Formats: sequence, structure tokens, C-alpha cells
Amino acid sequence: MSGGLLPAGELAERALEGAPAGGRIAIVEELSEAELRYANNTVTTNGVRQSRVVTVISFDARPDGVAAGVATGSGALDLDGLVTAADAGAASSPLAEDASPLVTGDAAPDFHDGPGRTRLQQLAPVIAGLPELFGRAEAEGRVIAGFAHHRVRTTYLASTTGLRARHVDPGGRVELVGRSVDGTRSAWAGAGTNLFDDVDLAALETRLVRGLGWARRRVELPAGRYETVMPGDAVADLVTMFEGHASGKDAEEGGSVFSGPGGGTRIGDRLCQLGFELRSDPADPVVPTMPFVATAASQADISVFDNGAPIPPVRWLSGGVLERLRYHRAGARRSAQAFTPDVGNLVLELPGADGGLDDLIGRTERGLLVTCLWYIRTVDPATLLLTGLTRDGVYLVEGGEVVGAVNNFRFNESPVDLLAKALEAGRTERALSREWSEWYTRTRMPPLRVAEFNMSSVSPAT
Amino acid sequence: MPELDPSFLALPLDALSTAGLEAAAARGCEHAEVRTERVRSQLLRLRDGQLETSVDETELGSACRVVRDGSFGFAATVELSVDAVAAAANQATEAAEVTKDALRRRLELAPEPSHGRVEWVSSYEVDPTTVGLEEKVALLGEWSRRLLAADGVDHVTASLLSVVEDSHYADSNGTVALQRRVRVYPVLEALSVDPDSGEFETMETLAPPVGRGYEYLCGTGWDFEGELAVLPEHLSEKRRAPSVEPGRYDLVIDPTNLWLTIHESIGHATELDRVMGYEAAMAGTSFATFDRLGSLHYGSEVMHVSGDRTVEHGLASIAIDDEGVAAGSFDLIVGGVLQGYQLDRRIAREMGFERSNGCAYAAGPLYAPIQRMANVSLQPAASGDPSVEDLVAGVERGIYVVGNKSWSIDMQRYNFQFTGQRFFAIEQGRLAGQLRDVAYQATTTDFWGSMEAVGGPSTYLLAGSFNCGKGQPMQSAPVSHGCPAALFRQVNVLNTRAEAGR
Repeated sequence: MSGGLLPAGELAERALEGAPAGGRIAIVEELSEAELRYANNTVTTNGVRQSRVVTVISFDARPDGVAAGVATGSGALDLDGLVTAADAGAASSPLAEDASPLVTGDAAPDFHDGPGRTRLQQLAPVIAGLPELFGRAEAEGRVIAGFAHHRVRTTYLASTTGLRARHVDPGGRVELVGRSVDGTRSAWAGAGTNLFDDVDLAALETRLVRGLGWARRRVELPAGRYETVMPGDAVADLVTMFEGHASGKDAEEGGSVFSGPGGGTRIGDRLCQLGFELRSDPADPVVPTMPFVATAASQADISVFDNGAPIPPVRWLSGGVLERLRYHRAGARRSAQAFTPDVGNLVLELPGADGGLDDLIGRTERGLLVTCLWYIRTVDPATLLLTGLTRDGVYLVEGGEVVGAVNNFRFNESPVDLLAKALEAGRTERALSREWSEWYTRTRMPPLRVAEFNMSSVSPAT
Repeated sequence: MPELDPSFLALPLDALSTAGLEAAAARGCEHAEVRTERVRSQLLRLRDGQLETSVDETELGSACRVVRDGSFGFAATVELSVDAVAAAANQATEAAEVTKDALRRRLELAPEPSHGRVEWVSSYEVDPTTVGLEEKVALLGEWSRRLLAADGVDHVTASLLSVVEDSHYADSNGTVALQRRVRVYPVLEALSVDPDSGEFETMETLAPPVGRGYEYLCGTGWDFEGELAVLPEHLSEKRRAPSVEPGRYDLVIDPTNLWLTIHESIGHATELDRVMGYEAAMAGTSFATFDRLGSLHYGSEVMHVSGDRTVEHGLASIAIDDEGVAAGSFDLIVGGVLQGYQLDRRIAREMGFERSNGCAYAAGPLYAPIQRMANVSLQPAASGDPSVEDLVAGVERGIYVVGNKSWSIDMQRYNFQFTGQRFFAIEQGRLAGQLRDVAYQATTTDFWGSMEAVGGPSTYLLAGSFNCGKGQPMQSAPVSHGCPAALFRQVNVLNTRAEAGR
């Protein structure tokens, strides 16, 4: 193995050799990552890694259907072993419920190009800015912690149908938390990015300083239902869960907030008064994502049979009406719905809405400004009731101005109700959900002002 | 007696670590570690007895961590060659160099003696990766159909996650550790839908994930037959149960639920790296601040909590941790007072401890070790053996909470909220049927302060989780928590439907 790993495109093609009559698909994911972590005004850890995940999916065609077998391995694995495991898995598996004809297509001309790479130096705007950021923090009584991460994922997909697809997908994020030295005040700022060329560390620092400044006055408020203004980042914390739970099969089985009475789904129901659009599109100009399906595992509404299928734009909500739930091709046929795969980005927009967060604050007579949410978990799938905490920035707004920081709260709230209770929205911009940023950095969200956000109890955490 | 795996030993493990350590030494690093690891996992998921998801995954790679001139560097590769590992050591050294200007505090590690060459294998009988797919699908399918055949069960999901970790660790100190760990997590969930109202309830098996092999599904360590036999009845009763009246109740909490409360409110709160602000951007900090070591009243006098990485079948058990530290056990809370923290070598050094207590772990070959949770366990009653019935007998109006479900806690580990699988009303010292829509919410020290009694050894269960998350990038770690049943006075109970405004 001293000669290095086989090139990814060649490996994918070699994995198809000797395929069973039902066909075979190979997916090679090349990952290149660089990250930097900092806390207590110093860098703490870093890392660079090159990895490769190879997935072989074999299909065993039988007179009454098809069975699939999947084997996934990283790096320097013996390919023959992986292929044998996938073939054996297919031969020993029961017929697949999600079977569909394998996707056909041409060979992409760049299929044999090498993978995209990143390195620690890609984080240059952060690495270069940190020494001064730490210096100012120490001088002004702040303690900075945070994380910067860049990843380039290059996907190669080869099928015995002749399809050869390749996609290079760069993405990353930077996050800053600033705390007062005594730990009583804190603020968060984060941003998603594709290449780090647009990262403005100074702008993030300005947001921190503004939040910590607001917190010089502290107001204790009890639990209750509050009119609440949220920037797009906090909206993304909740609305990401809306899309995450939009499974057609779960809805049909009766176990979901999108289940209709009597066994149907709520597709066609108006879920909110404002005419929100919630959509995903691989070709989004700001947060582009994978344009074809590449999945190593079938689930309720995702299928290995759909690998290579072009991902269409999806409108989950249109004019406030639920239009789509997730279906793989087999499920879509069974339920007479459109094929709706997992997309990988999410955009919430109220057509015609304008103005930013400060405009919404300016129109708030009395309410809370909640800048980020954390530790979000499902409490009741029937209403999609979520619980979680406010963190690093809850403020009181009075007469259109922020007048101080408020204690943290535990909330119990549903993203479906959130959109239903929205009083107004601002302009949609790139947003970073802090809660889900490890997995999901590609969102564009508007700031929202909502009625009666349920702050269930006070948290003494700061 | 299980042994180290020959197919892993066949890799050029010593040659790889030597290449990495030599490259690091040549670049002037004062400390270096090379860890080659293979993690094999299999996820099976069935819906209504039909196989829906089947994934076999093998992660294999080498990681190099170095300290050079007080600066830290990490690099990992999946290419298992002497050249590739040497290159990774060079990349790690370069990373230490590139980030040096933003380093304002030198990194030092607490000393640890060389342990020479250590071999260790966790306690299991049947390697789950050697059991055929058909056999597993047949067993899970049969269990699913048994549940589906019961009245009131409309859908069933069944899953089995099996993991086998093989690792080779070597450091510049001379420690070489070859270790193997096996764990399994089978779970079934039944769903019952009311066709008229569309309302639904679910119930999961209580069988915890464990550091055992496939024998766990065949009668060793858990009675699946018995649990499956009663699950539909419990679910049917839950669907018809009255919705809880919110308010303050005495709670008897079963170990199937209490382990998670321990995990969130004690396990994470006593990780010294987060206490000292190193997780401020992600996992958070802790109310259990260092100045309160030896004085913080965490809970009542019956509260004795220990950490260990040694308990048999424990998910965090190991012989040598991912920084070359010999694993052991230690007190965290004695008589209700905070007496210790979980440590890795960096935080042990920074805070003046002589040694780490062995809590470093890396989630696979591509990640750097960070301080992770030991098996953090609440000890049962020191004398006598009070049963769940004995605890219930001391309650006039309360709730017996069984099984874990939803959880959430704030970033300083004060305010938490948990739901569960089953909630039985307690009236005049006796169980009086199930309730639904229950969540309990409390502040950590109030909650543990209200613990009046712990059950005896016969109520003790080692439960746990496969996927505790911490760090950036997020790393997932398995961990066990042992505990008895326990009695808590006057805990705030919410109605989750009312919380949703219904």
C-alpha cells in the first residue's frame, strides 16, 4: 500500500466488476477536513484529516422482486472484501420494500478528476484574526471560545447502468462565544460559509460586543408565553426540525405531526396564516448542495435504489400550505406523491418580506429577543413539541429597543406552531443554526417575530 | 475467553506507530501518540418485521497527536502505510506550527508512567460481526411479529446496533496498548394509533445498551422474552391512561430512567475541562465550579457517585485510555458533597493534579482524544436492600417513572427536563395505573437534594448510551451508568400536552 490509495473514480469502477444480474452501485466519498478550536482566549486543538468512505450496494434480482445489500468501509480496506460482503448481504436479505429500477445516466466528463482538498491554511481569515481578537478580549474583559471548520466532500457514484456522477461540495462554519470574565454575561455569533473567503471575523466580534453590551443591564423575568423576536440563526434551530420530521411514511402511519386523521397526511392543509414558503434546492445560489442522491442506507423515506437520481427542488410549504413530505421513489409511487428526497439545504421565506432583525426589534412594544437555542429534543411527536434552552443571548425589548439581558429559559415549543404563530418576518439571509451546525450549515432564514413563545421555566445557567 | 482479533493484528501496527513516533521525534516534538484503530459497526432496522436499513461499516485509520513547543497538532489518515503515517505526523507538527501565533497558553500534559505493552479485551461471548445477517433479521423479525400480533399494536420498529472496536495505541512514553471492545444495542418500539382521534402512543423496550456480544439477545444479561410479553399490555394501558395533572409529586425513579438524569446532571457537570471553560462554545460550562470542590452540596447524604472505566460490561470500560493513562475508579460525590472530577492529562496538569484519572477517549481513528465520560454511577444503599416496592410504600401521592425517552439540560447543567416510557400513579404507597404526558423538570442540586432514599443492590442496573456527544468536531462516545431505583420528594411535573398549548 505504499503507493497510496487507488484514485476514487477508478476504485468506484473497479467495484462494479463482476456485478450480479440485479446490478451494483459504488459510492466513494473523499473527505478533506481542517479545523481549529479555541477557548479561554487561546487555541486549544486543531486537526487535519483525509478520509475516504467506500460504499458498495449490490442488488439481487429474484423472480418476485429485488433485495439489496450494503457494505461500507473506510480508506485502505480491501475492496474485494467489501464487494463480497455487499453481494452476500443482498443474497441473504429479504426482498426490499423500497425497490425501484436503478437510475440510468451518462458518465460525467470529470468523473476521473481528483477530489477537492482543504487544509488548515484555508481557515486563514480566522487563524490570522485570532491573536488580535484574543488580545482585545483580554484588554476588554472578555473570554473567547469557538470553532472553525472546513470540509470538502467529493462524491463519486458509479452504477452498472452506466451512470457516473461526481460532485465537489465545500462547506464550513465559524463560531464565537464571548463571555464576561465572571461568566455572568455571554453572547454567541456564528456564520456558515462555503470557502471561508467571505468570513468576516471582525463582524462576528462586533455582534459579540453588542450582545455583551446589552447585557450590562440584567432583568429577571419569570416563565411564561412571550412575544419573541428571533434572528434567522435561531429560526434555523427550530425550522430545521420541521423538515427533519417531514417523513411521508411516518405521517401515513399516524405517528407524526403531519399525520391526518383517519390515516392520511396533512398535505394540502394550511399550517400557517402567513404565506411562508419553505423550500430546498440543490442549485440554491447561496447554499448549494449535492445535486444527486448518494445514500449508504435505506430508511423510511430514503432508498439506496434512488442513488444517482437528480435531486429536484422541493417546496415543503407554499403560501403556508403543506405541499410535500419526503418519499423515496417506491414510496412516492405507492402513495401517489412526488419523489421527494432529502435535499441538504433549507430556505424559509415570506414573499415580499423586507427589513432585518433591527427592524423587527423596532416594531416590538414588549417582548424577548432570543439569539440562539440549544439542546433541542423532541418531547411529543404528535405536535412536534420540542424542548430546549435559550443560550448566550436573551434580551428584553421595550418600546422598540433592547433594554437589557434576561435570564435563560427552558422552552417547550413546536416549529409547526412557531410558523403558525408568526406575526411577521424579515428578509431571508444565510443563517447558521447553532444547534445543528455540526450537520446542517446550509440554511437561509428570515428573522421572525412570533406571539406567545412558550418559555416553560427559568434556567439559572449563564 | 475472547482474544485480540487476528485480522487486526495482521496489520503492520507496530511499523505504523514507529514511523509516526520517529517522524514526530525528528521534528522536535516533546510528545507524540499514534493510534491505529478499526471500528466495525452494523446497523439493522426493521419496520413491521421487514428489513428497512442494513449497513455494515468499517472505519480504519491512523491518528497522530503531537505537542511541539507547547503547541498541539493533530492529523489523521485512512491510508495505512508507513509513509502515510509519517506524513500525518509531519502534518500534525505543521498544524502545531501554523496555529502557534494564536497560542497564549502552552499545552502541557500531566505525567504518566510507561505501562509497557498491554493487551486487553472486554468481556463478551459472541462477536456480533460473526453472526449472520439472516439470523439477526430472523430474530428481530420474530420479535416484531410477536408484538404486531398483540391487540392495539399498529406498527413496530426494531433495531440492532453492534460495534466492535480494535485499537493499537503507542506513545513516545513507551506505552503500547492493544485493546478490543464489543457492544450491542437492541431496541424495539411499538406504536399504537387511535383510528378515530388520530392520537398515538409509543413504547420502547427498556433493555439498555451494554458492553456484551450477541449473547445479550439470547438470554444473557436481559430477559427479552419477558419484556416483549408485557410490552403490548403496558402500551395499551398507556393509551387509555389519564393525562397527568401538572404539579409537584414524589417520584420513585427506576434505574431505566435515572441513568440518563445521572448522565446529564452529574456526568457532564463533573468533567473538569468543561468546568474550566474549554467547552464554553459547545457543550457548555458547569455549575460545579472548581472552587467548590470539597464543599458543594450536590445532593442529599445518601448520594454517593463514583466514576470508573473498569466495570465489567461497562461501555466506557478500557484498560489504557487514548492518552496512555491506566484506567481506574474514583469518587465524584461522597455523602452528597462534590469530591472529584473527571480528568484528562491536559486538564489534570493545568489544575494541579498529579495524574489524569484516565478519561480521554477519541471517537475512532480520525479524531483527537478529548476528556470523555467515565462510567459514572450512583451507588445503591450501603445497608439493607430496599426494593422498588419499599420505596413506593413510602409515597402518598407520587409517580413511578420507568424508561427514558426525551431529555434536555442547560449548558451549566442546572435545569433539566426528562420524559420516560411509562409513568405509574402512586396512591397511598401503591401503584395505581399509568398516567400519560408526563415530564419532570428540576434544578440539579434541588433534585439530588430531594433524594430521600436509594434502593438496594437488587434494584441496581447498569444502563447507558452509545452516543454521548461532546467536542467540536462533535465526537460520539459510549458510556454506562449504574444506579439503583431512588425516591425523590416534591419534584415539578409538567403535562407535555399543556406545554404545547393543547
